[in-house]
Parts: sequence; structure tokens; C-alpha cells
Amino acid sequence: MSGIADTLLSGDLPRSRILTALLGVIVGVLALAPLLFDGAQAINTAAKICVFIVLAASYDLLLGYTGIVSFAHTMFFGLGAYGVGLALYGWGATWTSVAAGLALAIVAGLALALVIGLVSLRVKAIFYAMITLAVASAFAILAGQLSDFTGGEDGRSFRVPELLRPATLLFRLPLLNIDITGRTAAYYLVAGSAAGLFLSALRVVNSPFGRVLQAIRENEFRAEAIGFDVVTYRTLGNCLAAVMAVFAGALYALWLRYVGPDTTLSFGIMLDILLMVVIGGMGTLYGAIIGATLFILAQSYLQKLMGAAAKSTQGIPVLPDLLHPDRWLLWLGVLFVLSVYFFPAGIVGTLRSRAVTQEQLPKT
Amino acid sequence: MPTPAIETRDLTIRFGGHVAVDAVSCAFHAGTLTAIVGPNGAGKTTYFNLISGQLPATSGTVHLDAADISHLSAAARARRGIGRAFQITNLFPNLSTLENVRLATQSRARSRAGAAHGLAGTLRELTSRWDRDTAVRSRALDYLAEVNLAEKRDVPVVALSHGDKRKLEVALMMALEPHVFMFDEPTAGMSVDEVPVVLDLIKRLKARGDATILLVEHKMDVVRSLADRIVVLHNGRLVADGAPAEVIASPIVQEAYLGIAPTKAVEAALHG
Ligand SMILES: Nc1ncnc2c1ncn2[C@@H]1O[C@H](COP(=O)(O)OP(=O)(O)OP(=O)(O)O)[C@@H](O)[C@H]1O
Ligand SMILES: [Mg+2]
Repeated sequence: MSGIADTLLSGDLPRSRILTALLGVIVGVLALAPLLFDGAQAINTAAKICVFIVLAASYDLLLGYTGIVSFAHTMFFGLGAYGVGLALYGWGATWTSVAAGLALAIVAGLALALVIGLVSLRVKAIFYAMITLAVASAFAILAGQLSDFTGGEDGRSFRVPELLRPATLLFRLPLLNIDITGRTAAYYLVAGSAAGLFLSALRVVNSPFGRVLQAIRENEFRAEAIGFDVVTYRTLGNCLAAVMAVFAGALYALWLRYVGPDTTLSFGIMLDILLMVVIGGMGTLYGAIIGATLFILAQSYLQKLMGAAAKSTQGIPVLPDLLHPDRWLLWLGVLFVLSVYFFPAGIVGTLRSRAVTQEQLPKT
Repeated sequence: MPTPAIETRDLTIRFGGHVAVDAVSCAFHAGTLTAIVGPNGAGKTTYFNLISGQLPATSGTVHLDAADISHLSAAARARRGIGRAFQITNLFPNLSTLENVRLATQSRARSRAGAAHGLAGTLRELTSRWDRDTAVRSRALDYLAEVNLAEKRDVPVVALSHGDKRKLEVALMMALEPHVFMFDEPTAGMSVDEVPVVLDLIKRLKARGDATILLVEHKMDVVRSLADRIVVLHNGRLVADGAPAEVIASPIVQEAYLGIAPTKAVEAALHG
């Protein structure tokens, strides 16, 4: 049993009991989501969490493992979503369209990552961040302007292959009396791919290549001095992160059956994934699971929770105003400031270092 | 004379108006240990940086086994066999001592594979588990043991004493298995009982007979006991080059290197 976990997780175990439990709950709920919930919002939230775990993990590859600060990551997410979305829209709702759209998006994403990488990984971090910001903005504007092709600001709705359509009834679970529809199939496509992508990323960061990335983050100068071509490694890291983001985008498009700038390219999403990684814990990958889950749960349910709270505090001065659902962003902000303040190493980093100190206690 | 392992021809670097290394032409042969001495700011470290590629030369060339390597990056030169231990400790601070050395042995394994590494090698590098490469790991342990750090294999560098960091600095270079070894004040700041670990290592290396060793060292007793030859740099220029006894006694060294009255200089030279 532990051997299988070790192989799946590439030897990089959570290393904290609380973290293991937390991850177990999240993964368990995500794996059973279609059976546990029947509301559309719950299952949408679960699917969104799966997609953003992949996206945040891919960003952690960059930020946490390679030490690259990039603001162009949503561009790759958008490429994947537009690639699959526009292919399904233009070439018909077939798996061939999905594969072709994904392949094109991967090629385009790789090319872009390679060009940005080679051109700008040689410059200082701050310039690199600015270059990626400029490229990402240009890309978002382009997607908005080419409205004949992309649907502009409105985006494109499209049909997905038959297997994934909500109206498709696949079978009925006999005991539980639950209909397994195309929606369930789509969910498991998203969740299964997310699991596969996450475990692959975990393998990459625990490979010899991943170790070199970490060495570069620790001391770029010495990594070069012992014979590693820093630019090559970083560019390759950049490309891998980009491809992973392309996959996340493709999954998101398949799930939403829609692609548009607001769901994939907006700068708001870029900030969201940055926060997910920082709150979860940079350079841990597991942080992406924790960060994405907390963030999206807050985003989806904080408003509701606040509405209820505002109602129940009616009559008390100021409080209902503060708790009005329109203030949810304010409270989300407060939550982030608090979590960064109390967990500077991110949730995963903090849990791990606490586990280490507890382990050492009996010895000393 | 056989081809020198390392040769610099009119090697020069200018920082703004300041010429830190000024047209230095010098050849170093396999199987020899050359000490490079000179006062603080003479340009010794900068000369090393030009040879191992950390700095690009303003003019002049560096040759490795007669091939001009001036255009190569520091990483490429390291892979070709130029090893460097830095004067200012330069390690991976949050990784353990073993992981530090392991990175060097990993780099060595990769450069040894050379072109054979190829696409399959890159794929393996991406998809295999680093902790399963026992060959790379056990070689790293050997090099750790060579500087008496085997027991501290799991200690992160930030938690090491200064002396242990200096030894690890040397171990990283040794693990690259270079042909050219460049030690930049390897024992500086070490406690008296730690110094022999590094000096013995250099002696063993010298006894091997095929290594090209360049040693920057201020302690004259060390230089005397190890060097086959002394090169003196002063204000970026090569001012003396020859057998140790000769060079230390020469007036130019007493003047240039020590910058003090000749009689005192001789004493200082002899007793460190
Ligand atoms: N990157 C740099 N930019 C500007 N000046 C530099 C740079 N590196 C070295 N120098 C200057 O070049 C000169 C030579 O410095 P270097 O470090 O090579 O001396 P050194 O002989 O190694 O001295 P020490 O014995 O103190 O180590 C010094 O004046 C130094 O200030
Ligand atoms: Mg120096």
C-alpha cells in the first residue's frame, strides 16, 4: 500500500499528518463528487477546483520550483481553452476536433514559451515579469479583437462530443438510483486528467531535472558553475509549465462548453492562481491542491455565507453592512492577508515544518 | 614541452577604467601545482573567473588543451573539465550537504554521457526519480567522505560551520572530476585542525600526477610546501613566475607582493 503511494507520488509524500488528512479529504470528495452532490453548483465547483489544481500546480512549477515570476501563465491556459473550444466550434463536436485543437494549442504554447524563454530568461527577473505581462496583455487584446474567429468579448459556446453531453444518459447506478449522464463522464474526464497531470508534475519535480531546477532557484550562479546550462533548464521548465497550463485550459473548455476571455485570459485569474500558490505553499505542489481548493470554495460560497450572516445580524449596527454579500472581495482580501501573515511559508510549508519539529521533540 | 592543459594569452578584463587583469599570458601543465599569489585586489580571483568563464574577457583568449574556449559559457567549461572552488563560499544553502555534492555528481554523470545523453537521456532526466539513482548518490557520498563530511550528509548548508562550508566547497569541485582544479584560498578562515583535511586532499590530488592544479593562497608556508611554481600577480599584471624559492626571494616579489621593507618581507614570506 505504502509502496503504491510512494510510486504514485514519486517518493514525495505529504510529510505531515494534518496535511495527509487534508489532502485525503479533498481528493476523496473530488473523486466522489458526482455521487455526493446533485446540485449543479456543487459539481461545477468541484470541476473548477480540479482544473485550477492543475493550473496552480503548473504555476508552482514556474514560481516555486524554477523561481520564475511570470504573468503570462493565463495566456497558456487561454491557448488550451481556445484551442479546444474553437476546434469544437469550427470543426464539429468530435473527439478528433478535441485532439486537433489540443495538439495545435500545445504546439503554439510550446513555441510561445520557447520564444519568451529564450528571449527573456536572460534578463533580470523584474524585466522578465514585465515582458510576460506585456505579452499576456497583447494576447488577451488579440483574442478580444479577432472576434470573427474567437467570438470576441462574448467568447464562443460550442457542443462537446456526445459522450460528454449532459443529455446523454450512460447508465443508471442500480442501488443508489443515480443517473450517470454525460455530465458525470465529463467530470471524470476532468478529474482523472487532473490527477494524471498532477502526478506527472510531481514526478518531474522529483526527477534529476527537477533537482536541477531547485538548485537553480537556490543558487543560479553555482548551478551554472557545476555545469548546468541555466537558460536551457529554465526554458525547459517554462515549456513544461506552459504545456500543463494548456491542458488545464483544454479541460476547462470541455467542462464549461464555452470559451471566452473572462474565464481564461483575464488578469484576475492570473492573480487568483498566484494567490493559490502562495497561500498553499510555493515549491511544494501539494500547496496547489490546498490553495486552489480553499480559494475556489471561498469564491463560490463566501457570498452565500455572508448573505446568511448579514440576515442573521440584522438590527445590529454596522455589521450587516460589513457582511453584505457585495463586500465578499473585501473579506476574501482580509482572509488572504491573514493567511499570508500566519502562514508565511504557505499552508503546506507551515504544516510540514511543524511536523518536523514535532518529530524532533521526543529526541531532545 | 607538451601542450599546456590551460593557457591564457594576453588575457585582459577592464571594469570601466580599471584594468583588473592586464594582458596575462601564462601556461599551466598537467601534473603540476601552480600557486598564484599577490596582494589583496591583485586580480587573482578575477583571473580565475576569466579562466572558468564566470566573467567574459575584454580581450585575450583562454585555451584548454590548445582549444580556444573563450567563447564557452561557465557551464560548458565546467563540463569540459575545468573545476572551480570559490573563495567566497557559493553553495546551495537550503539543500543538505549530500544533495549539494549529488548535484555535482549528477552533472558529472550527464557530461560523461556526452552526446549519448540525447533525447532519451533528457526524457530519463525528466521522468526518472532522482532518489533512485544510487550510483550518483554513492559517488556523492564518497566525495563527502573525502572531506570528512559523511556524518553531516543530511545537514543543510545553512546549518554548517564556516570550515565545513569551505570543505563542502572543495567537495563540489572534486565531485565534478575535472582535469583542472582551481582552488581560491581553500583554507581561508578555517580553524587550525580543519586545514590539514583540505591540504591533504590537495596533496593526494597532486600525487595522482595528472591533475592541473591552480592554487590561490596567502599562507606562504602552505605555498612553499605544495607549489611546484609560483606566479605573482600585482595590479592585474603578471610580475614574477618561477620556482618557489626563487620567486619568494626575488626583490620584485618582496616589493610587489608584500609591499613592505625587504627584510621584513622575507620574514613574512617564510613564516606566513
Ligand atoms: N565584477 C567586478 N566589477 C568591478 N570591479 C571588480 C569586479 N571584480 C573584481 N573587481 C576589482 O578587480 C580587482 C581585483 O579583484 P580580485 O577579487 O580579483 O582580487 P584578488 O587578487 O582575488 O584579491 P583577494 O586576495 O582579496 O581575494 C579589485 O580591485 C576589485 O575591486
Ligand atoms: Mg580573491
